[in-house]
Formats: sequence, C-alpha cells, structure tokens
Amino acid sequence: MFAYYFELGLRSLRRNPVLTGLMIVTIAFGVAASMTMYSVFRAVSNNPIPQKSSQLYAVQIDNFGPQNNQNSEPPDELDYIDAMALLRAHKAPRQTALYPVKLSVISDDASQFPIRPTTYAISNNAFPMFDIPFLYGGGWGAEDDENRASVVVIGRTLNDRLFHGANSVGREINLSGHNYRIAGVMDSWDPKPLFFDLASNGGFADAIQLFIPMSRAVDLQLITAGGTDCGAQNYGTGWDAFLRSSCSWVIYWAELPSKADADAYRQYLRDYAAAQQRAGRYGWAPNVRLRDVSQWLDYEHAVPPESKLSLYLSLGFLVICLVNTVGLLLAKFMRRASDIGVRRALGASRRTVYAQFLIEGATIGLAGGVLGLLLTGVGVWSVGLIFDAQIARLATLDFSLVALTLGVAVLATVLAAFYPTWRAAQIAPAWQLKSN
Amino acid sequence: MQIKPILAALRRHKAGTVLIALQIALTLAIVCNALFIIQQRLAHMSEPTGIDEANLLVISNQWAGHRSPQEVDAQIQADLAALRQLPSVRDASPSDGYPLTGGGWDNYVMLTPEQIEKTTDASVYMGDEHMLDTLGVKLIAGRNFNASEVMQMTSRQVVIPPVVIVTKALADHLFPDGSALGKPIYSMSSTPSTIIGIIERLQRQDVKTWSKPYAYESLLWPMREDTDGLYYIVRAKPGQLAAAMRAVPQALYAQNRMRIIDPKDGGTYAQIRERIYDSDRGMAILMCIISAVLLAITAAGIVGLTSFWVGQRRKQIGVRRALGARRGDILNYFLTENFLISVGGVMVGTVLAVGINLWMMARFEMARLSLAYVIDGVIILLLLGQLATLAPALRASRVSPVEATRST
Repeated sequence: MFAYYFELGLRSLRRNPVLTGLMIVTIAFGVAASMTMYSVFRAVSNNPIPQKSSQLYAVQIDNFGPQNNQNSEPPDELDYIDAMALLRAHKAPRQTALYPVKLSVISDDASQFPIRPTTYAISNNAFPMFDIPFLYGGGWGAEDDENRASVVVIGRTLNDRLFHGANSVGREINLSGHNYRIAGVMDSWDPKPLFFDLASNGGFADAIQLFIPMSRAVDLQLITAGGTDCGAQNYGTGWDAFLRSSCSWVIYWAELPSKADADAYRQYLRDYAAAQQRAGRYGWAPNVRLRDVSQWLDYEHAVPPESKLSLYLSLGFLVICLVNTVGLLLAKFMRRASDIGVRRALGASRRTVYAQFLIEGATIGLAGGVLGLLLTGVGVWSVGLIFDAQIARLATLDFSLVALTLGVAVLATVLAAFYPTWRAAQIAPAWQLKSN
Repeated sequence: MQIKPILAALRRHKAGTVLIALQIALTLAIVCNALFIIQQRLAHMSEPTGIDEANLLVISNQWAGHRSPQEVDAQIQADLAALRQLPSVRDASPSDGYPLTGGGWDNYVMLTPEQIEKTTDASVYMGDEHMLDTLGVKLIAGRNFNASEVMQMTSRQVVIPPVVIVTKALADHLFPDGSALGKPIYSMSSTPSTIIGIIERLQRQDVKTWSKPYAYESLLWPMREDTDGLYYIVRAKPGQLAAAMRAVPQALYAQNRMRIIDPKDGGTYAQIRERIYDSDRGMAILMCIISAVLLAITAAGIVGLTSFWVGQRRKQIGVRRALGARRGDILNYFLTENFLISVGGVMVGTVLAVGINLWMMARFEMARLSLAYVIDGVIILLLLGQLATLAPALRASRVSPVEATRST
C-alpha cells in the first residue's frame, strides 16, 4: 500500500506543477537556511575534548576583590604567585599553568624569513591531560620543568616544514635566538574551539605548533601573547615586579577524574584563598571557581552571538516556510475534494485517506529535501560571506548533515501535512457526490 | 465596498485566513527586526575613525631574534628614517595599535591621584612627534609633541610620560567646562600627565559593545615600545598608497631581515575595515537574504491560497457577475479581503516583532526597536499582500457570468 501511495504522491507532484513547485522551493529554502546555520553552530559549539570534558577544570581565584572584579566573578587567569603556589602544592593528579607566547622560528637557511607559529608555554602534565597525540618522541619530563630546560614539542606541520616529516626528536631548533632540543613531534592536533584559551584569539585560530616549558618562558621574560589584566593597580617596573604583582595572566587547568576529586580540589582552593586572606594578601573572603570544559565554554561564550542569532533566525524562517506549506497543501488537497468524495463513497476509510495524503506530504518533503540539500551545499560553501573565515572553514556538509537535511525536510512537511490531511479526511462522501 | 459580506465569507475559510494572517504576522516580526539589525550594523560600520584612512597603511612588525631594548630602539629609529625617505611616503610613526585594531591597550583615567573609581576609560596610543601628521588628525588646541619628549618603554615597564594629547571627546568628558588644556590627568598612576594638545577625533582600537560608552575617548602618549614588536603607521602621499604598500615592506626587510610582518594584521584601511567589521557585514548580508526570501515566500503563499479561493468560488463569482457586479467589484472584493486579513496579520505581527526585539535585547545586546521599522514593515507587507493578490484577483474578475449556470 505504501508503494502505491508513494507512486500516487509522485504522480500528484505533476498535477499542479506551479503549486507543487512553490511548496518544494519553500521547503527547500527553509530547510537549507536552517541547516546551513546549524552547520556553523555545530562547528562553533563543538565539544573539543569529549572524552575528558568532565574531568578537565579551569581554575579561577579572585585576586582582584569585590571592588575591582566584574560581576563578582574572579578574573579568567591567575596571577603568577597563585599559579606557582597551586603548581607546587600539586593537589590534583595532573595540572598545568600555561600561557600563549610569541616565539619566532629562525631557520639556519638565511634565505628563509622567520615565521611565528602559535606557541604555548605549559607544564609537562598538559600532554597527558589534553590527550595530545605524538608522532615521534613525547612530552618532556618533570625534571625539564624543574630545570627550566630548553626543550620543545613541535607540531606535525612545523616538522614537515623544517625537517620534511623526518623524525626530528633530539635535534635542535632556534626560537627567537635561543636553541631548544626537540623532545617530541605532535601528530595533527587542533581542538576547536581551543578550550583552554578562548580569550587570546577567540578559540578558532591556527593550530598550535610549539610548546615550551613555562618555567623556561618565565626565565626568558616572555610576556603573554594573551591578555594581562592588572585591575586598577600599578605594579611598578620590571619583570620581577610584574611576577610579584596581582596582574592576572596565567591560565590554570587541573585534571580531576571524579566528582569527589573536584569537590576536594574546590575545597582546597577555598582553603588556599582563606590562607591568603589570613596572610593579608587578599582583603576579601575566598571567591574561587572550578569549571569543567563545557561549563567553561558556556561561561566564556565560546559560541559567537552571531552564530546563535542566525541559527534562531533561520529556525524562525523554517517555521514561516512551514506555515506557508500548510496553506499550500490545504489548497492542493482541497482541490481534490471530489476525488476524495468518490474514494470515500467507494468504501475507503478515513485511515486510508490519512495514509495517502500523509505519504503524499512526505513525497513533497522528500523532493524539498533533495533541492534543500543542493541549496545547503551552496549555503555551506558560501558561508564565508557571512562568518569569519576561521569559523567558516569549520562548517562542512558531511553525511550526518545530509541525513539531517533530508530527515528534517520530510518530517517537517509531514507535520505541516497533518492539518490539511485531517481536513481532507473530513470530507463527507455523500455531499461531494450530490454536488456533482 | 461592503466589508460585512467579506467578513462573513472569511468565516467560512477560517483555516486559510488564519494561515495567511499568521504568515504575515511572522514575516513582519522577522523582517522588521532584520531591517533594524541591518541598519544597526551599517551604522556601526560607517562610524568614522577621524584619520586619513585613504592614504594610511599599517605594518605589524614583530622582532624575530633576541635583542636588547637598546638594539631594538636603534632599529626602530633606523626603520622610521628609512620609511620617511621613501618617495611614496609622506610620514610614519611607531605605535602600539591603530584605530580598529580590534583590541588593545586601554587605561582608566582619573582626575586626582587619590581617586579609586575611574572617571573614564581611554584607548591608549603610543607615537612619536610624527604621529599626528601620520594619522592626519587635526590638532584643535595646544601643541604637538616634540622629539625630546618621546620616551622609550621596554617590556613590563610602567612609563608615564609627563605630557599627553587627548581627543576632544575625552577632554570634554574629563573637563566639561572646556578647560582641559594644561590640566593634569592620572592614568593608573600617581604620576600626572599634563594635557598639551587636543585633537578633533580619533576612534578607539576596539569597537566592541563594551567600549561604546567610551567611543572616541583616546589619548596619545609620546612613547616608543621596545618590546617584541610594534606597529608602523605609514601615511602615503596622496594617490600613492599602492606604491607605498609595495615599497614599505621592502624597505623594512632591506634594513633587517630578522622580523615578521604579519599579513593577517594591519594593511590598508580597506583591509582593516573588512577584517574588523567582518561579522557586522556578514549579519547585514544574512538579514538581507533572509528578508528577501521571506517576502518572496510569503508573496508566493498568498498567490497560491488566493488562487485556490478564486478557483473554489468561480461559481459564486459567476452568480455575482450575472447579478450585475462589474469586474472592478470582483477585483475590489479580493483586494479588500486580502487587506482585511493583512491588517489582522500585521497587528499580531507588531506584537511579535516587539516581543522578538525584547528577547534579543535581553540575549544579544540589541538596542530597542524604533517604531519607524515597524511602520516600514507594516507598509511593506500590506503592499506585498495587495500585489500578490492582484494576479489571482484579476483572473477572478475575468470569470464570465456564464459560470453561474455551470454545475461545478
């Protein structure tokens, strides 16, 4: 029966070509607009580290106080004193202080211009914490952090560029005039958004190609490439004064495998802040935060408001398209009132009328979905017109989006077909025959 | 035209009437908010910077090797001397940022050293004595920096120059009585900076929503930054921007190769504007597309349903024609019918439009929708409804009185 109704549906597509075409185009536009915006939204609201997002926590301690902080929230970063104190206490199984730095890769070949890849200064714990994959070698050891060693982990792209993809572990590279020994070469690794540092460049910039020990970066007096917030204070002059200041600039993450660990760590942070208050460093009660990856992404508004706004808007657009479809389907079905009357008089039950017209609706939805798929392809391809290039390149038309587009088109049209179908099924057989 | 019989007839087509009205309401709600967003974004994009954008270019220069602050400062001086000698260049200045950088240094500004609450928040620009001429900003009071006042700033050092040039907007905010010239200000320090000059206008580095209350409040300090990088702001001679764009990087690399010129930062002001207003332009384009398609779909929907009604009522139309109604009466009937439905739709739509705007104000930092957009939207939709009805209504008016005698 289904096949027969489907065939009837197909045949009926040809019956009122203008009306049918209008419906198909309407559905196609509605579905394509919302699917294009969804593809962008999906990319920017991506969970960058799903396997660990409930075990990794951003640490915040209020070192500004209620007078200078924003909406009672501690600053995003820690000051150097607090970060080093937490690192030394080592209360989490794994933890890292980190910050973005600017280092230039200087080639031995004098004809090559220096380049500046995305670089972070971290502690060695970060490699297992963030599940960073390695092609050759691995992260540096705890002793390298301790000894403030000149070691580096480089990315696959940089390794391809400098060493033509060969195993470069143990070799040296020159970064801003200093030599570093390569401890490991990362495999392709590019979490989007870059959850542990959303502030420095929005979380969608080029993949990280260099990691160096933070202890070494501090020795070299490398300033952060991210934000430095000193509140309203004037910290004096020089690097040491800066390190002793309460300027916030060090990002801090901890890995806490269970909820009990997280609760214990939160308590530790409160105790630490209370001790700072007793010591006179803070003139206010402990105000700490521990947010896991998804809470952190939410708090930092990782999803650009433009992306949300355009998703909502395109969904509103889809709703209008469906209202339009309801009207057009109603017109299409009611035109066949006499057919239905005849069918009903010949013994067709309401149920069969329902089945036939819903399947016809689904057929139109499928046609709209196919056209919508083409339009979605065009939309995803030209999304760079509307969004920043860094974000636009993340939007892709993959299998799940294809399935979703067709699914949404069929489902939405069947939903839109309910009311017109119900009206069609209400047609009384006798009355139709009489009027003819 | 009698309205009563039309209303009576509409009561027999409740579903279609409600669907068209609903569609008009939803379309109005979205279209007038979209128009409003377009206007907001375009207004944001057309805010002037106050500088000679047509002839300016910005080079983001980062030092590659390891050098002492003295070496860096000597290199900056040599770079600037080389740039100023280029035939296509009028002037050049070092700086820490440029209008529309997208973020940068801003400082709280206070009127007394003891003050804890800020008086305002100003964008901080560094530059030397060539900065005003380079930017092409107009000095409206006081004087420019002189070469001996330009200080050096190295990494993590707080340097407060004793003199400062401020924008008129900042001067007026700090000293509303117009007495700013010669007064000291305190910028996160107990060291005063005396206002020696006031310039007409200079946009901030950041044009995000948070900094809107401080728009055009900028200050210039006579400083060179000897850290790991800086910007060179270069003003080309009129009509020679393209030549300067080629000559400047060449001249810099000829001075010293150990530098990185970031292609994703700086450039000409056409490029800078494109970068900073990327999302604004994108939203405006998206809103235009959505509004246009939405209006087209709504019109198509009205055509479709009205055609259906005309088809359904051929017999009644025939009877009316047979009873003496003229073509114009039939045309009028359908146009009035659509007008009545549309009026119902736009009334609901106005409420929805305001509702959506209130929701966006709460969630997306939108401004309040001005009534003009709702009125524009209402007019657009009423006209659209009439135009969409015209074709089917004309067809209806051509129904011959003979139809009255046919059985279907």
